[in-house]
Order: sequence, then structure tokens, then C-alpha cells
Amino acid sequence: MARAFTPKVITANHLLEGDVIYMTDTGEWTRQMAEAVLLTDEADADVRLIEAQQQAATTVGVYLADAKADENGNPSPTHFREEFRRVGPSNYFHGKQAEA
Amino acid sequence: MYQYNDFDSAFLAERNVQFRAQVERRIDGSLTEDEFKPLRLMNGLYLQLHAYMLRVAIPYGTLSANQMDKLALLAEKWDKGYGHFTTRQNIQYNWPKLNDVPDMLDALAEVNLHAIQTSGNTIRNVTADHFAGAAADEVADPRPVAELIRQWSTDHPEFQALPRKFKIAVSGALENDRAVIKAHDIGLYIVKNDAGELGYQIVVGGGLGRTPMIGKTLKEFVKQEDLLSYLEATVSVWNLLGRRDNKYKARIKITVHEHGIEEIRQRVEDRFQLIRPTFGGFDVALLKDIEAFFANPEFKSASTDGYTATYDADPLFRSWADANLAAHKNADYSIVTISLKKHGDTPGDASADQMRAMAELARQYGHDELRISHEQNVILPHVHKSDLPVIYAALREQELHTANIGLISDIIACPGMDYCALATARSIPVAQEIATRFDDLKLEHDIGHLQIKISGCINACGHHHVGHIGILGLDRAGVENYQITLGGDATNTAAVGQRVGPGFAYDEIVPAIERTVQGYLELRQDQNETFIQTFNRVGMAPFKAYIYPEAQANAA
Repeated sequence: MARAFTPKVITANHLLEGDVIYMTDTGEWTRQMAEAVLLTDEADADVRLIEAQQQAATTVGVYLADAKADENGNPSPTHFREEFRRVGPSNYFHGKQAEA
Repeated sequence: MYQYNDFDSAFLAERNVQFRAQVERRIDGSLTEDEFKPLRLMNGLYLQLHAYMLRVAIPYGTLSANQMDKLALLAEKWDKGYGHFTTRQNIQYNWPKLNDVPDMLDALAEVNLHAIQTSGNTIRNVTADHFAGAAADEVADPRPVAELIRQWSTDHPEFQALPRKFKIAVSGALENDRAVIKAHDIGLYIVKNDAGELGYQIVVGGGLGRTPMIGKTLKEFVKQEDLLSYLEATVSVWNLLGRRDNKYKARIKITVHEHGIEEIRQRVEDRFQLIRPTFGGFDVALLKDIEAFFANPEFKSASTDGYTATYDADPLFRSWADANLAAHKNADYSIVTISLKKHGDTPGDASADQMRAMAELARQYGHDELRISHEQNVILPHVHKSDLPVIYAALREQELHTANIGLISDIIACPGMDYCALATARSIPVAQEIATRFDDLKLEHDIGHLQIKISGCINACGHHHVGHIGILGLDRAGVENYQITLGGDATNTAAVGQRVGPGFAYDEIVPAIERTVQGYLELRQDQNETFIQTFNRVGMAPFKAYIYPEAQANAA
């Protein structure tokens, strides 16, 4: 039996600024995970990952991260590491929490 | 302090020109990330969780006031107003932008600072006793030889592609190791032989990480004139034997373990005999030249009555003096440790204003010298006792007067998952909560000397293995989990702590530490017995009963 596919978002760091970015449904990049496209089909995720990896002028370290839909249907993290990437550090009000 | 010559300055300038061009080529697409990554790492530039991180070397932890001012400028101009001092006597900036890094490196070069070999599989920033040149208990100042090693190892052509990173530390105080010598790839103790000649005891194969090991003595005494050739032979042997098939087994500690210290010693001796003639004495002459830069400052003569009067009259000053001052080789002087561990703050962080304030104190009262300790604090190594009251007052204005050196809130903590891409759990908030908790309990001074060290992953940047209480943060099925080790020792009696048992969830770890300390307070013979002494006397079992009370109750 084929294993179930865990939904994913495509994420990376921005080449110039280094901060966390996510791919949107239209193939653009956003700083906000809630604006990312939640990929529920494995083949689609693989194709989009390849497309994202080809954008080397914008991105560093592209990968697929597990995600789930929140109460609004937007992507949210399933692992605490991705939650820290989404929000920012816990010792200062820096990173995305300060930019929101 | 050592002053770079024209060659050093030209080398830094040329290196920065190269890196600026490399950054431009990455941005315009001429270089792929795979091509660029090793180049940026060679210049101390990492990509972390939220941003780039620039790691700047502070060779053997020594800074001038102007250099500290420059570190403040970088924090203010290109970062978020602070820097993070690390257990490798480096400073890290957590938020630089790629475009700005060449400018940051140029600014550093203006004061002879750089980020070279703060990353990569090469010989990293050489560290040393942070009390070097000032301590009452040292045989000799370790900084000249640390500088010699820095010059030898920088861009050494044979050692730019080692099996893994390589860390060297130097101490001039055999009996009071403040540089964690036995947890380094190579550790050097400066010693005297029976003839009264200075030389080096060479310790090899120490290291923490996933396989913690205490270093073994490779040679009891190496003459000064043989040191560089002996080091070169040692690194060369490992370069040949080191495990390149598995990065986790690539450190020299594994090589020593797998081949045995006797075989390594013989191979090093053979290699040493071969290459010794190629060291024609220039290194010895250079060491003599370097030593002149580290001559004692001109110590002043003045009354210390004002210090004594303040000590007797002001309990807050007295508390700070008792905790934060150390014996200087000149009895009228003190070594001042400035705590970067204000309760609830991030261990090792200093704001730009604080850096400038410390620089100004060094300029006015400290013979223009500062040190960064591997314990993530800042030191003024030479302060006349008459100046201590005014220094304390100035530190209070910057909230740098916390009187906790060597106490439970003087915690080493790596950046952990708040910043580090390798981390598996957070370290900083755990340290903050422990410090705050014990400050609230007002038990800190009663507990006395106790080192807590926290790492957010198995790489052990927070030195948890050698903490009296070590905390290791891990990922257990997608949640943060923290293991406790007890009995670690970072001194010349170095020991790796023993794991207590099952780990604790994030919100359980501080109460578990509190129970551990409560156990110590009840188990100790008297107030003079420190935590580590109590642990070494009673062993793990009594502590375990405090740490896991439910297991104890169930077993009853």
C-alpha cells in the first residue's frame, strides 16, 4: 500500500537577506508561511521543488517542509523547527514576529 | 598586544577584495551556491535559521578597546544592535545581509580583525586562558605562542582541507585550566622542565560532540623550538589517517581512539624527525619578536585604601567583588570579569552600547585590554584596585554588574534552535529561565560554585558534557526534549558527565534542575563542599532520586 503523503510547503532562505521564504501558488516567493501554497499531491510537490531549486538567483537551500492546514486553511508548521523559522527567535522580538 | 605588520594588513585587504568579488559573482549568477558556499564559509559566513551569521575571530580572546569599539559598530550598523560572544572566543552577528558582509569585513580589517578560519575543515581560531598574562598562577603568558600558532596555521597550505575542523587551545596555568585544554583536538599546557626551561605538554584527541573524549598526553615536554614542527607533525599524521569516509568519525579524537595513543605518538615522532630540519629557527625568532608585544603593561603604584573602604561599606560592591574578581599577579591589581549573564538575558550577548562602555573602561582603567572568555563573559585583565569602585559604578549604568561569575546563573548556552540551523532544541530560553528562577529563589550565593552548560544539539557547542550539570536539547518525535548529565568537569581534572536518565520536556527541565540543586543542598557535607565535590563523593544514585521522584516513589 502506498504511504500517505504528508502535505508540504516549499521553503528556502532568501539569497540576499537570508530570511525564510515560502513559495506561493503562483510560483512567487513570500515571507509569510500563511501565504504559501500547501501541496497535497506528491508528484506536484516534486515538480514544484525542482522549479524552486532552479531559482538560484533568489533562493538558498530549497526544501519541502511538512505542513498542515490551520483553521483558516492556510499552511502552518507541524514541527517546532518550522514554527521557529515561521516566527523568529524566542529571546528577542526579532525576525518575522517583528516584521508582521 | 600584538600589532599586525604590513604583511598581515595586506593579506587581510587582499582576502577581502577576493571575497567581495566572490559575493558579487554569486549574486550575478556566475557562481552557484555549491561553488559559493565553501568560499563564504572560509570567510566565516554561515546561513542559519533566520538569516546569515558572521563569525568573527577574536584570536586567543584578546581585544583592544578600538577593536571592541569596531565590534560595536558592526552590531549597530549592520546587525540588530548586539553581538553574541561564543565558547570559541569568537563573536557572532546573527542578522547580516549578504551584500553587507564585504563591508563588515573591511571594517574589521581596519582594526586587524577578520573572520578567516572561523569555519571550515581547517585549524580554527586558537583559544587561550582568558586570564593570560594577568593570572597569579600561570607559568607563562600563553598568548605569544597562541599568536605564533595563529600565524603558522592561517592559510597553511597543507591544512586547508583537513578531515574536519581542528581546534587548538593554550594554557599557561597547568593547575588551573581555564581554557578546557583537554576537550580540544590539541591542547597545550606551558610547563617548565626540571632544568627550569619553558616548554609544552601536548594533549591530543580531546573533544565533545556526539563522541565526547578527554584528551590524552601525547608528549610531556616539547621544547619551545620544537613546538611548531611537533604541531605540524601531529596535524599532518591526522590529515593522513583521519576518517574522511564518515564526518562523525573524522575528528582526531576518533583517530587516536582507533589507532591508540602509542601508535599516534610513534607516527608523530617519525614525522617530527623528518620535518624538524625544515624549521630553520625562523619560528623561534618570530616567537621572541611576538613575546615583546605581550610585555606587561606599566603597572601603577597607588593606594588601595579606597577599594578596601568601599568593600567594607557597600555590600553590593562587596558581593560583586567576591564573585567577579580574580587574583592578579600584581597584588595591587585585580582581574575583573564582566558578566554577560544578567539574570534573564541571553548568555554571551552584549549590546553595542555595552561593548562601547566596556571598551571605554579598558581604555581608561584597563591598559587598553579586554578578553573574551570561553564562558561567554568579558574580562578586564589589569585593573588597579583603586579603580574598582568607579568601574563597578560604570558597569551598573550598563546593567553589566551582575555578581554571578562561577555561580549557577553563569551559564554557557549555545544559540540553539533560536538561531542555529543544526540545533535540535532551544538552549537560550532554558538558560534564561534557570537564571531567573534561581535569582528569584535567592539561593545563588548559597549554592556557590556550580557550572551549568547547555547545548541545543549533539554537537555540544554549549560544552554540556563538561558542565557540572549538563543539559542537552534534542528532538524527540517532534518535540523538544532535554537530557541531564552530571559530574562533568572542564578543568585540568576534566571529565565527561554521566547521563542521569530519561529526558525532560521543555516545561519540565527547569523544575528538574531545581530538584537537582535541591538534592545537592541536602546532600552536601557543609557549605564549603561544592556541587562537583558532592557529586564525586556520593555518586549518581542520590541525585537520581531527587531528579526522578516519581520513579523513586513507584519503586518504594
